[in-house]
Amino acid sequence: MKITVKVWRQTGPEAPGKLVSYQLDDVSPDMSFLEMLDVLNENLATSGEEPIAFDSDCREGICGMCGLMINGSAHGPLRTTTCQLHMRSFSDGETITIEPWRAEPFKVLRDLIVDRGAFDRIISAGGFVSVNTGSAPEAHSTLVPKVNADRAFDTAACIGCGACVAACPNAAAMLFLGAKVTHLGELPQGQPERDSRVVKMLNQHDHEGFGGCTNVGACADACPKEIPLDVISQLNQDLRRAMVKGY
Amino acid sequence: MKLLMAVTGALFVFFVLMHMYGNLKIFGGQSAFDTYAHHLRTFGEPILPYEGFLWAFRVVLILSVVGHAYSAFYLWNKANGARKGRYAVRLAGAAAWRSTTMRWGGVALIAFLVFHLIQFTTHKVNFNSGVSDATIGESPYQLVVASFQLWWVVLVYLIALAAVGLHLQHGVWSAAQTLGCTTSVAARVRAKALAMFVAVVVVVGFALPPLFILFGIVE
Ligand code: SF4
Ligand code: FES
Repeated sequence: MKITVKVWRQTGPEAPGKLVSYQLDDVSPDMSFLEMLDVLNENLATSGEEPIAFDSDCREGICGMCGLMINGSAHGPLRTTTCQLHMRSFSDGETITIEPWRAEPFKVLRDLIVDRGAFDRIISAGGFVSVNTGSAPEAHSTLVPKVNADRAFDTAACIGCGACVAACPNAAAMLFLGAKVTHLGELPQGQPERDSRVVKMLNQHDHEGFGGCTNVGACADACPKEIPLDVISQLNQDLRRAMVKGY
Repeated sequence: MKLLMAVTGALFVFFVLMHMYGNLKIFGGQSAFDTYAHHLRTFGEPILPYEGFLWAFRVVLILSVVGHAYSAFYLWNKANGARKGRYAVRLAGAAAWRSTTMRWGGVALIAFLVFHLIQFTTHKVNFNSGVSDATIGESPYQLVVASFQLWWVVLVYLIALAAVGLHLQHGVWSAAQTLGCTTSVAARVRAKALAMFVAVVVVVGFALPPLFILFGIVE
């Protein structure tokens, strides 16, 4: 396949960036999207140009590092992570525009790499369960109903990739936040801190400069882990209850 | 902010439904409609002054409009602040389109509201050469019928109705979401169905009187 890519190039956080076109003449449809970028980087290195900086780690869809905005869609046309996307999803001769996530709290560090540290700070504000560590508890000592266990499991699938923020017209991180709040709120271990958690995490979210949710739903459409929109409703419900209790 | 938006929005839905009920009285004929309009103004008399109830109602509505618009612009502004660097390629998908319609549709609705009030509540402008101001004072029915005999007035109203429908469809389900009532897939489907139902009922209910008048079935 012949492919033209237009890639966002930016030398540093404060530097102005621009889209630069590159030509690739021999792309196999079986290549993953990131392999295509690897090939391009090899070409660039051979010709003495600076390779394109992009993030990736596991390359199997579980770490959440590899988010890219591909032709205006977070993680590209399929509902997977960028690393799980293959060139067969594109047609021969196509021009593909690749941009970094864009949101004020996600600063572009270089080319396609953004700093998702804001997510870490939201988690440290309350996305955890305080327990005394020791040996693992006996599995049958705390029973969890199947429905709750399933929901906690599904929402725990969030890999913190940031596609929800990237796709949101408001650049809100509510799907991420809702996934974390629901995941812990469904389990008995999450109950003691449930009220304070939602308030603290939401305050941190706003403090980081993410936008406000208007229930558009673009996040859930973009999420590679298929986190459903109802986690945001859960977040609102938990928040309402916490506010009633004076948190 | 979002709670303010949801609660004021719910008030509008309530008001709009009542307003529609009133409009449909036009099918009951001139006297039914005029009595209703008159009754609204004398509701609660003699405990409340003439138009007393109506004014109390209006004040609540005006405050709601202000609150609703304020929270809308607050969120809009916050969204712009949260993404200063624009994407080179527009966000793909229907979702982005929904957000644009909510914002600009809302702005269009305010413009329409002003037009609507000038025309029917204060009757400051008179497009209907056929009816004199005196008749209007006596019979709102005559005013309505005369107005909707003009095709472009009907057109303006139909366009506004389309905007109302879209706004309601997203708004009703969105309010349910913000109030935390849609925490399961089934509840979300139900809220969306309810939103669609309200939107369709309102659009059809409001569109019937002008169309019937335009085509001369009610005169
Ligand atoms: S909710 Fe989905 S899109 Fe958002 S960070 Fe988690 S996995 Fe990524
Ligand atoms: S590289 Fe780990 S999810 Fe893509």
